[in-house]
Amino acid sequence: MITPKDISATTVASARDAMRAGLYTSEELVRAVLAAIDEKDGGIGAYLTVDREGAIAAAAEADARRRAGESGDLLGIPVAMKDIFNVKGQPCTCASRILEGYVAPYDATVTARLRAAGAIPCGRVNMDEFAMGASTEHSAFHPTRNPVAPDRVPGGSSGGSAAAVSGGMALCSLGTDTGGSIRQPASFCGCVGLKPSYGRVSRYGVTAFASSLDQVGPITRTVEDAALLLQCIAGADPHDQTCLDRPVPDYAAALRGASTEGLRIGVPREYFAEGSDPEVLSLVRAAIDKAAAAGARVEEVSLPHTEYAIAVYYICATAEASANLARFDGVRYGARRVGPDGSLASLYDRSRTDGFGPEVKRRILLGTWVLSSGYRDAYYRRALKVRTLVRRDFDAAFAKCDVLMCPVAPTPAFKLDSTVNDPLKAYLCDAFTVPANLAGLCGVSVPCGRTAADGLPVGLQILGPAFGEPALLRAAAAMEALLR
Amino acid sequence: MKYTIDIGLETHVQLKTRTKMFCGCSLASGAEPNVNVCPVCLGLPGALPRANREAVRLTVISGLMLGSRIAKRAEFDRKNYFYPDMSKNYQISEDAHPLCIGGGVEIGGAGGAARTVRLNHIHLEEDAAKINHYARHSGVDYNRCGTPLMEIVSEPDLHSPDEAMEYLQTLRRILVYAGVSDCNLEDGNMRSDVNVSVRPEGSDRLGTKVEIKNMNTFKGIHAALEFEIARQTALIDAGGAVIQETRRWDGDLGETFSMRTKENAHDYRYFPEPDLLPIELPPELVEQWRAELPELPERKKERFASQFGLPAYDAGVLAAERPLAEYFESTVSAGAPAKLAANWIMGDVLRLLGAAGKEAADVASLSTLPPASLASLLRLVEGRTINGPTAKALLEELFEKGGDPAAIVKERGLAQVSDAGAVEELARRAIEANPKPVAEFKAGKKASLQFLVGQVMKLSRGKADPKLAAQALAKIIEDMPQ
Ligand SMILES: [Zn+2]
Repeated sequence: MITPKDISATTVASARDAMRAGLYTSEELVRAVLAAIDEKDGGIGAYLTVDREGAIAAAAEADARRRAGESGDLLGIPVAMKDIFNVKGQPCTCASRILEGYVAPYDATVTARLRAAGAIPCGRVNMDEFAMGASTEHSAFHPTRNPVAPDRVPGGSSGGSAAAVSGGMALCSLGTDTGGSIRQPASFCGCVGLKPSYGRVSRYGVTAFASSLDQVGPITRTVEDAALLLQCIAGADPHDQTCLDRPVPDYAAALRGASTEGLRIGVPREYFAEGSDPEVLSLVRAAIDKAAAAGARVEEVSLPHTEYAIAVYYICATAEASANLARFDGVRYGARRVGPDGSLASLYDRSRTDGFGPEVKRRILLGTWVLSSGYRDAYYRRALKVRTLVRRDFDAAFAKCDVLMCPVAPTPAFKLDSTVNDPLKAYLCDAFTVPANLAGLCGVSVPCGRTAADGLPVGLQILGPAFGEPALLRAAAAMEALLR
Repeated sequence: MKYTIDIGLETHVQLKTRTKMFCGCSLASGAEPNVNVCPVCLGLPGALPRANREAVRLTVISGLMLGSRIAKRAEFDRKNYFYPDMSKNYQISEDAHPLCIGGGVEIGGAGGAARTVRLNHIHLEEDAAKINHYARHSGVDYNRCGTPLMEIVSEPDLHSPDEAMEYLQTLRRILVYAGVSDCNLEDGNMRSDVNVSVRPEGSDRLGTKVEIKNMNTFKGIHAALEFEIARQTALIDAGGAVIQETRRWDGDLGETFSMRTKENAHDYRYFPEPDLLPIELPPELVEQWRAELPELPERKKERFASQFGLPAYDAGVLAAERPLAEYFESTVSAGAPAKLAANWIMGDVLRLLGAAGKEAADVASLSTLPPASLASLLRLVEGRTINGPTAKALLEELFEKGGDPAAIVKERGLAQVSDAGAVEELARRAIEANPKPVAEFKAGKKASLQFLVGQVMKLSRGKADPKLAAQALAKIIEDMPQ
């Protein structure tokens, strides 16, 4: 038997083992999750929609597959999907008015892979509109509260994903990370959040924010669960040319016997400069000290172009977004409004004016501007050059370290409404997460303690080189064990 | 004042692929609107493009045929503009790093001195959807959206509307020959925008250029150029100045109209397409494609003349279209004497195709008369097993119904009578029956011999060898006592 109360302590691995042992069925598990959502989500707002009938039917099917002899890791496991993934037959609004009522007519590659493994996309979780934001306050529908401290944000943009897991309303969730959108909410909500390397997971069917930066990854309770989900979704996809045809290692196997013994940890000096919350820095330092005490070799490294990362990120990401979001025009799908003159121009104007929220409009305008003739060389082209320098910083660091360790964000979860009207302040909070996206690295947030005053979770960020997920996850599992 | 005209063309050519440029949708024409569509070409949220390899190959083949340099690294870019004909509101094209760089098209071969019109580059892009306007609304048909297009951009090296026509016709012939495109003008497979400017004769500075769009036919391009050149020269003659702008050709009115001036030109905000990887073709692959290039018509004509000893005219006719050239060469390699094959293909085969309402290119799909069968027929002619009239009748029958010429000849006893004794016997009978023409021939009227040959043919029911018959008749009459 499993009850709604049990969900907050259930991991993917434990549910798998329980179902294999016949302790409960997928249908019972899914019903428990649905009941937990009913019970708890009123005060949190993690979910936008829940597909009850679909989830229960899929669970029954998973149970039948199990009776027929299947026993895969994700068979019968419900997964909360960020509202950015196309799941055929479910809404896919990206938490935007402009896609209100839009029902996905096809499955994203990650959705198809989850379904093939028997996992159940049970509901859609909240996010900042089109993944633009770091607090989930930019959802057009409602903000999501941090289950650990309901007066605070869960982070973002995958805030619904982290809140659903942290709040005991999901075992695991899929999110996307363009500049920290998996790692930062995981840090704020006390979850594990994995951003795979660029090109590791297909982006097909994932509504694009910034194509050269977006990457899909899991938010879970444990590093092991993150490995299990990555195993399912990683690997080449003929529908996404940027998803590389490289072998997918056995991630769960990489975790076995994980330890920090002999691990070469680089500590990037620029990530510990003044300006961050001292408690965050001391918790992260304490975690690294524990690793050193457990046999890791810790070395300070420098990533000299860190200070430019935010500017480069906001130029590259908004430029790509300005084109990616051009398709939302009211012509083929989504909300359509027409002005009194009935003209095409008024259709574009009204549909987009009414359909997009202020943060999305701000970024479209910024991206349009940095690509405009006369500004493109000074901003966009130059940003591409500096992006290369940021990548080289990491190449040099990884030449002598296995992983880098640093904070995920300069602060723990902040209060609702504290950054909404100050975009620049909000953008600066991404300083430690965007470099990994610019360089295509893999990174993970692992809980490393709570602040003394407010008991807010703080995440340790571990970064690995592109396609270095096995070593990254191994280090993360070792740290998870040390910090437990 | 006298003016020099400078014309450059941007020619969009639809590539002959099975599927669209960035998705697997069919390019079959004639479908109901919005049938050949998918999340990718409809620009649905989350859909991603994937580049069509065959379109890349065909563009490179075109570049190689036209002497372009193939880029080591080509990149797709997004060209941003809002219009319902482009489902994503950006077009995927190649701006900064096109697939083929430079190259040229030779014009002026006949008559005038040959010269090369330089190409700036050739790039690959996707076509827009078709918009249909109705009384109260407009409809968008995305079947065409995402069709692979190659844009061939020339330098302003053309100096008259006629030269522009010659350039386009030559380009078309080469591309069709290479199998890259059907270049079917009615289907819009080949569309051009033109840039035209005029400058005082002798000046080496190009005039202000005007771009003209919306010409659907070669004729339309010619007419638009003539109109625009007249407009620009009249403007300057009257003391005015041409302004840089884009103009639209109205074929019904026969005039160009201003669409937008330079100040209002679109800012397309090009940037590298992050959803696609750059195209980096291995040099070995490009070399392999180069080795497989079809021979150009001019080169083939020269070869036909020298290799088969054909007159220049015949070689030209046979080489002009690839299917005909291939049919000819296959017939020869199946054992037909080259000159005989050339004569028969250019004469009777083309005549029969024409009578059947077909084009020379349709010879490729002539299942009733494959090259082997024509060669077999021509060998019978060459070996004088059958005579000319029999062969022609047989060709028509084969064209109609097919069959094995050698077997038919044997079965029906069509072989000509080449036995000297038998022919001589028939000749004697013809002479005996026709004393008057014999006397006339003796008196010096050469034509009378033809009449007598005809009589021999009649007696043989068409099977006698006419040459032998003439020889026998002449000899018998000569030997007759005076
Ligand atoms: Zn398609």
